[in-house]
Amino acid sequence: MRRFFAPILAAIFLCVTAGVAAAIDVKAAVLRIDYQTLLPISRYDQKPDDLGFAGAVLADEDNATTGAFLGHTYETVMVAVPPEEADAAMDQLLGEGIRLFVVLARADDLLRLTDKAAEAGALVFNAQAPDIALRDDQCRANLLHIAPSRAMNADAVAQFAVWKKWTDWFLVSGSNPNDVALAEAYRRAAQKFGAVITEDLTFEDTGGSRRTDSGHVMVQRQLPLFTQEAADHDVVIAADETDYFGKFLTYHLWTPRPVMGSGGLRPVAMHGAHEAYGATQFQTRFDRSAGRYVRPEDYNVWLALRVVNEAVTRANTAEPDGVRDYALSDAFDLAAFKGQKVTFRDWNGQLRQPILLYDGSVTASVSPQEGFLHQSSLLDTLGLDRPESSCTAFN
Amino acid sequence: MKSLFLSAAVIALFSGPAMAGKAFVSNERGNTISVVNTETWEVEHEFFAGNRPRGITVSPDGTKIYVCASDDNLVRVFDSSTYEELPSLPSGPDPELFVIEPSGKRLYIANEDDNLVTVTDTETRTVLAEVPVGVEPEGMGISPDAKWVVNTSETTNMAHFISTEDYTIKHNILVDQRPRYAQYTADGSRLFVTSEIGGTVTVMDIDADGAPTVVGKISFEVAGVQPEWLQPVGAKVTSDGTRLFVALGPANRVAVVDAQSLEVLDYILVGQRVWQLDFTPDEKYLLTTNGNSNDITVIDVAQEAAIRSVQVGQQPWGVVTVE
Repeated sequence: MRRFFAPILAAIFLCVTAGVAAAIDVKAAVLRIDYQTLLPISRYDQKPDDLGFAGAVLADEDNATTGAFLGHTYETVMVAVPPEEADAAMDQLLGEGIRLFVVLARADDLLRLTDKAAEAGALVFNAQAPDIALRDDQCRANLLHIAPSRAMNADAVAQFAVWKKWTDWFLVSGSNPNDVALAEAYRRAAQKFGAVITEDLTFEDTGGSRRTDSGHVMVQRQLPLFTQEAADHDVVIAADETDYFGKFLTYHLWTPRPVMGSGGLRPVAMHGAHEAYGATQFQTRFDRSAGRYVRPEDYNVWLALRVVNEAVTRANTAEPDGVRDYALSDAFDLAAFKGQKVTFRDWNGQLRQPILLYDGSVTASVSPQEGFLHQSSLLDTLGLDRPESSCTAFN
Repeated sequence: MKSLFLSAAVIALFSGPAMAGKAFVSNERGNTISVVNTETWEVEHEFFAGNRPRGITVSPDGTKIYVCASDDNLVRVFDSSTYEELPSLPSGPDPELFVIEPSGKRLYIANEDDNLVTVTDTETRTVLAEVPVGVEPEGMGISPDAKWVVNTSETTNMAHFISTEDYTIKHNILVDQRPRYAQYTADGSRLFVTSEIGGTVTVMDIDADGAPTVVGKISFEVAGVQPEWLQPVGAKVTSDGTRLFVALGPANRVAVVDAQSLEVLDYILVGQRVWQLDFTPDEKYLLTTNGNSNDITVIDVAQEAAIRSVQVGQQPWGVVTVE
């Protein structure tokens, strides 16, 4: 088990606000499970050692600055473990009295840890797992989702495609379970927003052909052939969560078409070049603190701990139930550098948020797109809406 | 605000032939300042103002224009008649907005990246103090008696009341998400703080000793506009304290508020992404910077109606007027 300790900022501010609120010392933990995976296609996408944790370090700094005016302190413990040590790590953190967790793990591990946390009355924020089931029949009352779901990401892409009038889609999916799940989200999104999948193919993951052994030489032969017979389409949608071919598609198609999804224009919660809505300030703070550009996981962890900070600051509670109740209440809103307030869906604990469409260099667009209407919140056009979710844990 | 105090002084100073007023508009993306004649509403001049000019103000005597050149990490200074650049002022990193005290001696500058308010002496061009504030300081207001500077911090979500005597924070008031601007009434009895993402204006009454008490909150509602686009940013209040004008960002409207009852009376349609506001010194007109349509809208204050728009540079951000 590796432990990372966030620097605890000394309270340097004179606190002169009338001392109505009692001092609160907020202790939270970020628990990250490190899985054995193949390297990503691009070296730029390799995971830094402090993935997610860097968001916690910045959140502790931000929260401590605010807390100093109110007599609150913030400390976040950061733990990275292999899957087989995750339960023991959670036990230990619970034993230390921590009841607020941000977890970076796959869905099955996340659920098991969440249920363990529930027995101790602890609250968990999901900062990574995109599985729709976690927001549907597998939801948990003590699990709030900061990370967008596959459905939200697919809907964000679908809205942009439809806004562009690219309604004939060639869906290319990977063959691994997460790729299949993502492809299903795109099929659902196509139906939801009126696109038609004119061709639906699976590009088998046969191993090999990765970048280190001249991956581009192989895909330059394979992908044009693979895409040669596709029916007419406006756009190629890639469903490759595994990350073994999606990013190669753009320049290796038989018919030149824009690519979206897992290659080309990608839906992300945040990226290091996003500057709109005042985000430059967040980026410069993050870069300076972490010494690198922000990843979505870092942003998700930062946002989770900012939710805790809001509850402490405005509802004067760091108790798991208190934080959860405040986060789900009408009083809660949070600025998240996405141009509008983010709030939680009270039917499944998912954070409502705009999704950035990122081309690897800039924010090309932000969904929801103009013209997609909703009776209560435009953000609810992304992902599982109230009538679509079978989650009952929040009733 | 400065123009409210300025008008008398400026009128007294210029006893010669009547001169046309000017509005100086900082163009965030164009890196320029557009000079607009406030009688003919023509753009008379445009000049380089440094990298990413945002906050803009004028010295009390009307001779110097101060500009936060955010990406240059300094305050650039220009002669308001010749547009010649004068020696810059130190600002601390990434200055965004500032406020000048009525005497013109001190500038109070929000440093967004460093959680600081920097106090700069405009004569000696030195930094007098750095005051630690909340995360992402932005809005800056000054009480008419110059005893208090109010800074708003966008991520901490507070209004910090800094005493200008000893440069320490005496009061912190929690407001709604992403506070952008702080504006006192001319008599100093009331303070308005806009919250961009929260969508509200927090109203505080100010005691004789400067202590704030929250007395109300203004919300906005426009038929056909999604509530999340009603994002209060810049705000100005008439010198008689009767009307508050609030720029609503991507809602492309300026709200007209009864500054006493806090009732929203009307919404004036202006250009796209309306950001900051300033009155002409005679308070006859209110000018709005519209960042996405690259223009300013001229509002007739008595009629409470937009009368024209003037194309300026790229992404106009701030505006200040001179007699």
